Amino acid sequence: MLRFLLRRIALIIPTFIGVTFLAFLLIHLVPGDPIEARVGEHGISEERLAELRHEFGYDQPLWKQFIDYEVQVLKGDFGVSVVTREPVWKEFATLFPATIELSIAAILFAAIIGLPMGVIAAVKRGSAFDYGLMGMSVTGASMPIFWWGLMMILIFSVTLGITPVSGRISDAFFVEPWSGFMVIDCRWSEDEGACASAWSHLVLPMVVLGTIPLAIIARMTRSSMLEVLNEDYVRTARAKGLSTPRVIIVHALRNALIPVVTVIGLSVSGLLGGAILTETIFSWPGVGHWLVESIARRDYPVLQTGTLLIAVLVIGVNLGVDLLYGLLNPRIRR
Amino acid sequence: MTNKAIAAACAVALTAFLGSAQAKTLVYCSEGSPENFNPMISYTGTSFDAQRPIYSQLTGFEYGGTAVVANLAEKWDVSPDGLTFTFHLRKNVKFHSSKTFKPTRNFNADDVIFSFERQWKKENAYFKVSGGGYDYFTDMDMPKLLKSLDKVDDYTVRFVLTEPNAPFVANLAMDFASIQSKEYADALLKAGKPELIDQEPIGTGPFEFVQYVKDANIRYKRFDAYFGAKAKIDTLVYSINKDPAVRVAKLKANECQVAFGPRPADLPSLKADKNINVLAQSGLNIGYIGMNTKKKPFDDVRVRKAMTMVIDQKAILEAVYQGSGQAAKNLIPPTLWSYNDKVPAYKMDIEGAKKLLAEAGYPNGFETDLWAMPVQRPYNPDAKRIAELVQADLSKVGVKAKIVSFEWGDYRKRVQAGEHQMAQLGWTGDNGDPDNFFVPLAACSSKNTAQWCDKEFDDLVSKAVKTTNVAERTKLYMQAQDVMNKQSPYFFIAHSVVYLPMRNTVTGFKQSPFGAHRFDVADVK
Repeated sequence: MLRFLLRRIALIIPTFIGVTFLAFLLIHLVPGDPIEARVGEHGISEERLAELRHEFGYDQPLWKQFIDYEVQVLKGDFGVSVVTREPVWKEFATLFPATIELSIAAILFAAIIGLPMGVIAAVKRGSAFDYGLMGMSVTGASMPIFWWGLMMILIFSVTLGITPVSGRISDAFFVEPWSGFMVIDCRWSEDEGACASAWSHLVLPMVVLGTIPLAIIARMTRSSMLEVLNEDYVRTARAKGLSTPRVIIVHALRNALIPVVTVIGLSVSGLLGGAILTETIFSWPGVGHWLVESIARRDYPVLQTGTLLIAVLVIGVNLGVDLLYGLLNPRIRR
Repeated sequence: MTNKAIAAACAVALTAFLGSAQAKTLVYCSEGSPENFNPMISYTGTSFDAQRPIYSQLTGFEYGGTAVVANLAEKWDVSPDGLTFTFHLRKNVKFHSSKTFKPTRNFNADDVIFSFERQWKKENAYFKVSGGGYDYFTDMDMPKLLKSLDKVDDYTVRFVLTEPNAPFVANLAMDFASIQSKEYADALLKAGKPELIDQEPIGTGPFEFVQYVKDANIRYKRFDAYFGAKAKIDTLVYSINKDPAVRVAKLKANECQVAFGPRPADLPSLKADKNINVLAQSGLNIGYIGMNTKKKPFDDVRVRKAMTMVIDQKAILEAVYQGSGQAAKNLIPPTLWSYNDKVPAYKMDIEGAKKLLAEAGYPNGFETDLWAMPVQRPYNPDAKRIAELVQADLSKVGVKAKIVSFEWGDYRKRVQAGEHQMAQLGWTGDNGDPDNFFVPLAACSSKNTAQWCDKEFDDLVSKAVKTTNVAERTKLYMQAQDVMNKQSPYFFIAHSVVYLPMRNTVTGFKQSPFGAHRFDVADVK
């Protein structure tokens, strides 16, 4: 097991270097630099331009900038935003809980709805429910998030007026950030109704971000269940005279869950990608929204470090899933 | 707990309850996050909007206009030679307080000296704080213009200039000239955290800063000790929403009461909504096509004139601006004083243009480049689309235009260097003074888009900037516009119209010609 672990960890190092290199290269391929991007019709004097370029090291050759950046990161210094002059790490830490809150809500929503749907579809295979559900799941998985989000806002917020349009909480409430999770922090707000507002703001973005994982989970559960339901031990369980719910939930679902859990773990990276779009539509102040803003401003330090930190997270989750799988299935450890 | 204490607690709770029941909150859906909370080091309208509730300046702009009025300075005198400006400061002006800072003294001359020296003198302890880029201070030529700044007494400061400059008083009303507290600056320096002055701001403005949740919202509360008319709302919130469609949706759902910049496509539905008023005002800006007077064939005024006769301005306004543009004929917008309305509007005349071109020696037209910015600007929503329309128009007189574009920073530099023949660009006014348009965009000293240098025009505008009499200046600028029309170095496309939709419960709000948003006079029913 230790050898397996070490091998997996050793693989992370090239991945890590590759990610930082790609992030660095792609951003520098986009024309314009952070200093010039912010200048309007007034222009900027040559001296000031040179001074700023020098301050951020943009007067150095590209390869040197990359090495300097890597060294800086290894020392634990993630740089300072060109725009706000705040440490990038600090900005990431303030915004990240919002992304986590949204992602957890979305994956819980997807699992809580998707699992039973998949089970029912498998049990009632070939029924109208099964076909209807699988049709919906194909639609769900292929829904463009941007369009879906705006449609949800249009229907539920503008036309029906049931849910708020955007943000994490109504602007009328004053909440001191403590944990960074709005549904927790709202409890300490002096304004009554703050928590109700926080939850109601979470609904639409959660559904939008959770739609694709929901569709995937439902399909995965269905096919995994179908496989398991044909196994001998399920037949044995039925033959013993156990009740149908008991056979399905205790004997079949438990075994069918293993691949589903893996899928959930692996969808974290997809979820973060989706979060960038969802956060932009719902003005959700998380890291996705922050990265999109930074592209327009060519804020290199934010883009490089933001991408790096998200990559580290995805690598970490993938590693966790690999290790978990190794634990569950001894055959792949070799 | 004694009965008395319980009674007192109940009374406090009741007052708080009644207070909150009557508290008025106005939510403004803004378009982006500010870079910081100090206008000296900012460079975007978004940041200035977020800083404006907090700070005051020596002079100010009248609400909804461009006229300069008293602010932290009650009055000022100008010496006969136009070089010395003496400002008499208002007394009993209080600074805001925060969790970490309680002011012990009122605003005085030391704060003014500090606020300007921070941006001006390299030896000032704050000069390098937060990056130390004072873009607007430099852009308004302050380092060149200022000779000295002295404290005469606690409530009098004296600026001496290197040359007479009439717009100086208007420059001091701009956001970059905001006044920070020297006492706060000193305290932060002592605590070793000088950069907090730009993140946890203390000012003398109508609202105190409460909280900024990054990329989500900014919260202010009314400053009850404000020296001017107190704000009518208790709480002001800027709700940050980058997507214009979302801002419109929030406005319709009454989640915000005023929303920044809707898309032209959303205007009909907003106007049809009986709960929403849409304010409109032509912006203090100009979008134009500059013809390089240093290059052939545009060194010939007849060719330039001919171009103004073939470009279909109306079609551009309809197809590209879609109702958010006003046809332009002068360099300055009609909201600015000294606008010369006698200048004739453009008239299409293909035959006349062909005749002019033939006279100039181009009976079969010529080839030219036509530059289009790669980015959307406040005065030009889509430069590439405009270029395509103009290209089609020019082909009617045999002129073959090739559309060229570069990355924005590169584009600006190349245009300034005069690499183009025809190029689109524009300008947004800073201080509401015509000088702020004529000099950077057409004077010989500027790197203007038309590379134009006309002695008659230059004499008029340099005389005007040294004159303090407004009637006299108006006359000079009017003449300058006539000269410009005769020489036609530019084809003026449009001044953009800025729309601001708001709930009909909002009263007393006026749009600013500068595109600034100010909520201290607004009220919500």
